[in-house]
Amino acid sequence: MALITCEHLSLGYENRELLRDLSFSVRAGDYLCIVGENGSGKTTLMKTILGLRQPLAGSIRFGDGLRQTEIGYLPQQTDVQRDFPASVWEIVLSGCMNSLGLRPFYGKAQKARAEEALQKLDIADLRRRCYRELSGGQQQRVLLARALCATGKLLLLDEPVSGLDPRVTAELYRIIRDLNREGITILMISHDLQAAAEDASHILHVGRELFFGTKDDYLRSSVCRCFQPGRGNEA
Amino acid sequence: MSALLDKLALAFSYPFVRYALIVGVLVALCASLFGVTLVLKRFSFIGDGLSHVAFGAMAVAGVLKLTNNLPLVLALTVAAAVLLLRTGQNTRLKGDAAIAMYSVGALALGYLLMSLSSGSANLAGDVCSTLFGSTSMLTLTRDEVLLCVVLSAVVLALFVLLYHRMFALTFDESFARATGAPTELYNLLIAVVVAVIIVLGMHLIGSLLISALILFPALSAMRVFRSFRAVTLCAALLAVGCALLGLLASILADTPVGASIVAVNLLAFAVCCLVGRATGANV
Repeated sequence: MALITCEHLSLGYENRELLRDLSFSVRAGDYLCIVGENGSGKTTLMKTILGLRQPLAGSIRFGDGLRQTEIGYLPQQTDVQRDFPASVWEIVLSGCMNSLGLRPFYGKAQKARAEEALQKLDIADLRRRCYRELSGGQQQRVLLARALCATGKLLLLDEPVSGLDPRVTAELYRIIRDLNREGITILMISHDLQAAAEDASHILHVGRELFFGTKDDYLRSSVCRCFQPGRGNEA
Repeated sequence: MSALLDKLALAFSYPFVRYALIVGVLVALCASLFGVTLVLKRFSFIGDGLSHVAFGAMAVAGVLKLTNNLPLVLALTVAAAVLLLRTGQNTRLKGDAAIAMYSVGALALGYLLMSLSSGSANLAGDVCSTLFGSTSMLTLTRDEVLLCVVLSAVVLALFVLLYHRMFALTFDESFARATGAPTELYNLLIAVVVAVIIVLGMHLIGSLLISALILFPALSAMRVFRSFRAVTLCAALLAVGCALLGLLASILADTPVGASIVAVNLLAFAVCCLVGRATGANV
């Protein structure tokens, strides 16, 4: 049974279809990298999986006991967040909201979970710092820790390394790789096929041509050669 | 000095002064708490728009010659809040333009209605006191104060119980929604609560000035503090302090209540800016 199964999905806005007849499935433990040109509907696909938008047609099913509210999400940063007065601890803890139920306040279980996420991402010493004063890489770690609080199963990452310098980018990719090895399924949107392809197990290419399959198949495919000329031949 | 104290003592022997104090402090407190969320969510304009709608609603109540106009004004303003939130999201008429239209429309219609139906000889005075608050504090009745206390208690309880959800909603609405929070419901709740706060404070502070109580404490606190909890607490304290000081000043100097409170808030904002700059809290 797959964790997520998408069948014949059509995505887009009222009168503009971005993606048509997209089918793919993600199994537990996969590392799926979603690539494609700007505006090809990558973020829209992610938002649809999260239930933030409705598909125009087709269906998304969750398996393995995964509930839609149990997905950790690392969105692209918004302007609101860049000057938001909040401490790292407050933000990470807010990831536990889906396990709050009807209770108004966070209990021991949630705090322990947030603490664990801080340790895992090596930002425990930043907990009292203000989010807006952190570096870009630190901010992404904080948001990743928040996403971990919301899930133990599946992370959706929307361009997690955009705007980061190469060293920090490599570090973030390492963290994501480690999380994947610990058994968390990863769905990541990326611009940067080269780096993403190192770690990914599967590739979903969206755009005029669709491709879904394992990384090795993708690197041999014609879709890949069109997307990144020269790259396909090396593999 | 003792002359001032005597004057205060005399003032507090009148029940309506005590009423004004209770209402002023409670409204300021509620407004400041939700103000933090409103400012951070970039919803500040909703407070402003709603206060103008409340003015229009007041005029309608005046036309109908209601003795107790609070329930009607409350209902109309809450309805406008719901409507504003809906139109802001879905239609061609986007956000700021929609709000601007509602607010000037309500202002114009309100004034029109008031002048058409005016039984009182003092139209300018009526309009002025609705817009800028009462010049004296004589206008509050006992029932209004009671209603205000009850509603403020509800608003405060809501804020405390929903504090963590408010934070999540403010910081990142799509994350909150993706992890199952009913964000539309919360947004609606915020709009309704803001409408209630505005209507409660309108008599005393005035419909044009009431949004200052929502914005200033939050903006001031954000100059100095860097965590959501500290900002919220500081905004609440500032709001209560400024309301008290403003009320006292208005008693002692015979100045209009609303304008005095807003002036004190302005002063507090300036001080917070300086403190923020000195401590380097704001980059």
